[in-house]
Amino acid sequence: MSARDAILAAVRANRPRGEYPLPDLPDFPLDDGGDRVAHFQKSLEAMGGRCHSGGIDAAMRELFPDAKVIVSTVPEFRGNRDIAENTPPQALADVDVAVTRASFGVAETGSVLLMDQALICNAIAYLAQHLVILLDPAAIVPTLQDAYRRAEFHRHRYASFHTGPSATADIEGVLIHGAQGVRSLTVLLG
Amino acid sequence: MTEEPRRAADGLPALIHQELYTADDGGAKGPNGERLTHGEASSRPLQPPAREHQPRGAALHRRRPVDHDEAAQRFIDAPQHEKMHDERLWDLRQKRDRQMQAIPEWEDLRNLASAIKQHTLAHLGDYLEQFEAQAKANGVHVHWAQDGAEHNRIVHGILANHGAKRLIKSKSMLTEETGFRHYMAGVGIEVVETDLGERIQQLDDEAPSHIVVPAVHKLRGDVADVFARTLGTDPANDDVHYLAEQQREKTRPLILDADAGMTGANFAVAETGSFVVCTNEGNADLSANVPPLHIASIGLEKLIPRIADLGVFIRLLSRSALGSPITQYTSHFRGPRTGGEMHVVLVDNGRSARLGEPEFWQSLKCIRCGACMNTCPVYRRSGGLSYGATYSGPIGLILDPTFDRRRYSSLPFASTLNGSCTNVCPVKIDIHEQIFTWRKVLAESHDIGFGKQALMKAAGAILSHPRLYRAAVAAADGALKVLPGFAVANPLNTWTRGRDMPEPPRETFHQWYERTKGGKEQER
Repeated sequence: MSARDAILAAVRANRPRGEYPLPDLPDFPLDDGGDRVAHFQKSLEAMGGRCHSGGIDAAMRELFPDAKVIVSTVPEFRGNRDIAENTPPQALADVDVAVTRASFGVAETGSVLLMDQALICNAIAYLAQHLVILLDPAAIVPTLQDAYRRAEFHRHRYASFHTGPSATADIEGVLIHGAQGVRSLTVLLG
Repeated sequence: MTEEPRRAADGLPALIHQELYTADDGGAKGPNGERLTHGEASSRPLQPPAREHQPRGAALHRRRPVDHDEAAQRFIDAPQHEKMHDERLWDLRQKRDRQMQAIPEWEDLRNLASAIKQHTLAHLGDYLEQFEAQAKANGVHVHWAQDGAEHNRIVHGILANHGAKRLIKSKSMLTEETGFRHYMAGVGIEVVETDLGERIQQLDDEAPSHIVVPAVHKLRGDVADVFARTLGTDPANDDVHYLAEQQREKTRPLILDADAGMTGANFAVAETGSFVVCTNEGNADLSANVPPLHIASIGLEKLIPRIADLGVFIRLLSRSALGSPITQYTSHFRGPRTGGEMHVVLVDNGRSARLGEPEFWQSLKCIRCGACMNTCPVYRRSGGLSYGATYSGPIGLILDPTFDRRRYSSLPFASTLNGSCTNVCPVKIDIHEQIFTWRKVLAESHDIGFGKQALMKAAGAILSHPRLYRAAVAAADGALKVLPGFAVANPLNTWTRGRDMPEPPRETFHQWYERTKGGKEQER
């Protein structure tokens, strides 16, 4: 018998007795105080990210005046390093700032969903030192529960909620931004 | 007498060990200069006042049961380590409470999570087949392993087919179960852990001491020693930012040059054939997205039926684990990227057998958050390595004996049975009741020593007769008043050693109820 068949036979033979129906999932609304965008921003800031308003050009000049290598996956901003689906991730190791667009945001947690189609090369979201993410404020859903009802989760190959920058407090609980991935995460609403 | 929890000026509960407080630990701040506490960060800046050698974990002998008491005593004898450990984990528990209080539907979410897991486990064969079919349709290679050794052989086979010599990986408790790094060292494949805490533990040749914060038992000086010895950092520099940055800088070239990447999974979704990985550092996403080959090791119990179920579990996981609303990264993998290859190894390793044990199968609901460890007074004061097992703390007490009854026969006794673990469990596992059942099972099968058997027999008789139990409680509290410590601190009960006994109440609850007719009559 193959390992597969042996495992399936064992879990069926050892099935727990009793009825265990799959529950329906009720709706739990979010109390966002009437301002979903403000709630999103507050949640994001608590997770170490920041929101920025205004145009992308002005934001890039203000936040990253010394950036040398910039990759952009959005038409709104032009970077100085090309990226394609077949770009070897190693060719992105020296990127200072990456600019991309989120599919949607989540007010409850301040998360944004980055999908493989938008990232072009997934590794860019982790190899860059800093990440700038464009987000349409109309595309902010209230809760994670609302988020998981969306179609994105049935059509991606890779999709990741980013909530602030990479972080660690593995040593003595001291919080450090810039663990193995990006050192900062900025969401540009617009 | 009820006592209000002590509060500090900032409104948070007071520290247990006030001497650990420091004005500023240099941790990350928010846009308005406020202290951020997401992830595993502590609510307040902490630093132990003095250096001290790190106590090591339980000594392992091939045939003897783990001596948890002995290793725990050595941890307690290192007060800087013990206090910091106690404070940080209790702080995670309190952060968890604040997250819970902010969500009115918290108890509903726990009930839903428990019911979804029960349903999935009761129909696991069907959901495993559905997951496999969907994953294959998405272009994922699916493998099945009956035990840890088979898992290691399968992964080795995949790596050998690709001529892979270096594997970068993110933290996975399953690969700790299978002895994965040890096996790979034997076949000449370099494994690099990429999570900071797990990397510290790998370089120090220690197991993780906690399932979420693997190096929580170490202090900054310990890490400085390990990095100086293994990475060539400055041994005199124990600044936490310096240490973390050194690890980032020294790991990045290994990531860029790796042949394959490996992750675990927090959830596997039958409906879509996808799996979800929750991390804070970005290392799992680098491991999965930089090398051309991604292998994910997934325990059978990680299955959930629907994508929508993630709306319950992701809301509970990080809040329960760290008191953080979500992890920095929650990543969903459904298929290989263009030009890449993705493999999933579904691992049994004792899980299907546990499913058939009526008293213990619900432990398979566990989502590995560690909340039960953070709240456990025994775990907080003894350190995870004192358990000498893959899983420590309350969840370890009920999982470890399923792997090796004799070796872990003493672990179900490392508990006060206070039930706090059960109260904080996001999937409502009856942890403390399973701990007690394990004591009975081990006593009946003579897997524990004579002293503990006699204690169990007496406890069994008392606990199964309510009137005897009440009399025993009243007598015990009376004994506290008149007997010297050595009489109460029975050598059979090592958990009273080194501890001051509580001030006994004037009367028990039952005596009070009798006297006041359930509180209806006036207090004296």
